[in-house]
Amino acid sequence: MTDFKCPECGYVYSEEAGDEHEGYPPGTSFQSLPDDYVCPDCSVRYKEDFEPG
Amino acid sequence: MKGYTAALPSGEAIHYIDRKRWLWSLSVFYPLQPLMGIWLHAETGNEAWLLLPLFTGYVVAPILDWILGEDRNNPPEVIVPQLDQDAYYRFLTYAVVPLHFATLIGAAWWAGTQDLSWWAFLGLAVVAGIASGLGINTGHELGHKKSRLERWLAKIVLAVPVYGHFWIEHNRGHHRDVSTPEDPASARMGESIYRFARREIPGAFLRAWAIEKERLQRRGKSVWDTDNQVLQSLALATVLQLGLIVLFGWKMIPFLIVHNVFAWWQLTSANYIEHYGLLRLKDQTGKFERCQPHHSWNSNHIFSNLVLFHLERHSDHHAHPLRRYQSLRHFADLPTLPNGYFGSYLLSYVPWLWYWVMDKKLLALPHIDGDLDKINIDPHSKERIVRKYGKSAEND
Repeated sequence: MTDFKCPECGYVYSEEAGDEHEGYPPGTSFQSLPDDYVCPDCSVRYKEDFEPG
Repeated sequence: MKGYTAALPSGEAIHYIDRKRWLWSLSVFYPLQPLMGIWLHAETGNEAWLLLPLFTGYVVAPILDWILGEDRNNPPEVIVPQLDQDAYYRFLTYAVVPLHFATLIGAAWWAGTQDLSWWAFLGLAVVAGIASGLGINTGHELGHKKSRLERWLAKIVLAVPVYGHFWIEHNRGHHRDVSTPEDPASARMGESIYRFARREIPGAFLRAWAIEKERLQRRGKSVWDTDNQVLQSLALATVLQLGLIVLFGWKMIPFLIVHNVFAWWQLTSANYIEHYGLLRLKDQTGKFERCQPHHSWNSNHIFSNLVLFHLERHSDHHAHPLRRYQSLRHFADLPTLPNGYFGSYLLSYVPWLWYWVMDKKLLALPHIDGDLDKINIDPHSKERIVRKYGKSAEND
């Protein structure tokens, strides 16, 4: 279980917690998020921009 | 006046005073103008006072922007965390929320209870609508933040212009798609504001609806669930507007229709000028490049920025959407509007004049340098534009 951080706004996607509001249940891997996933807080960084850790 | 101190990376201490600190309260008072007009009407008996906000918005503001000019000062970057944490700036955005409700209710009360001539009634609906359009600006500043309080206040204030879908549409749709042909809220070169409005108003609603529907589907809920954030604000708007009809009678129906249309028109005007013709190119992966400061038109005109919570420093806003209004920066060599927003709106309402001023500016931008392939062009006008400004590189 890893955390992935948006380099623009600092939003953290935690695989452990998921993001219930966005409809990703706890345990949802970052890899399995849609290809067109964008940061839910700033919307200006794509999935591939997120940094693990 | 309150000052901030921080250490530069070199170790040198730096002291900063925000000279605009108290002036930001103009963003709180500016939307109250319809009430000022009502008071002056009550005092003098002259209905023309009701139109006061039209005069300030379309005559005084562009002239003040022209005379007072630009402010290019930026707060030093090391000071920004303190500036962001200073609760005063946040308080102003909270304080204006109830005032937007007061302005609409006050104007509705006056229109519903006074025996106004038809033009004064219509004028009051228009100026109330313009003030509620400023409510979209307030909702915009609040809605970009992470705190629950600010997000809720955004949804609440967006009930005043009946634009509850804006919070989803703008943050999740417009910021993602800005300055691409896919964005209904980015204007294309050669597209008049009147054509743009017919694409933007329905397009923005449908995009918000689609984004919410997708999110709710992932949660296993129906799009009609109470968790639908578009419906939440819309429900509040319905209660507010039905309440006004119950209180002040049938006259409220035409009043609110005109009010709502002019509130929406303020956003349409802002969207139209903010990204006109600008285009993010696709990278090797087929995705649009990340939004850069040169993907928005900017204005540093001090007066209109002070009444709009710095909205006109739009380049920094799109590059860094969560940055608070007091910290937004000016950058050199940005696409720059000829006047503040109010003056630029006026220009956009006369399409040939807008094209005449803006198309030259667009083509001359350093990252475009006359290359039509780097411009978001309206397909309806493409032939005319290519004929006028030369072939696009792909046809060479």
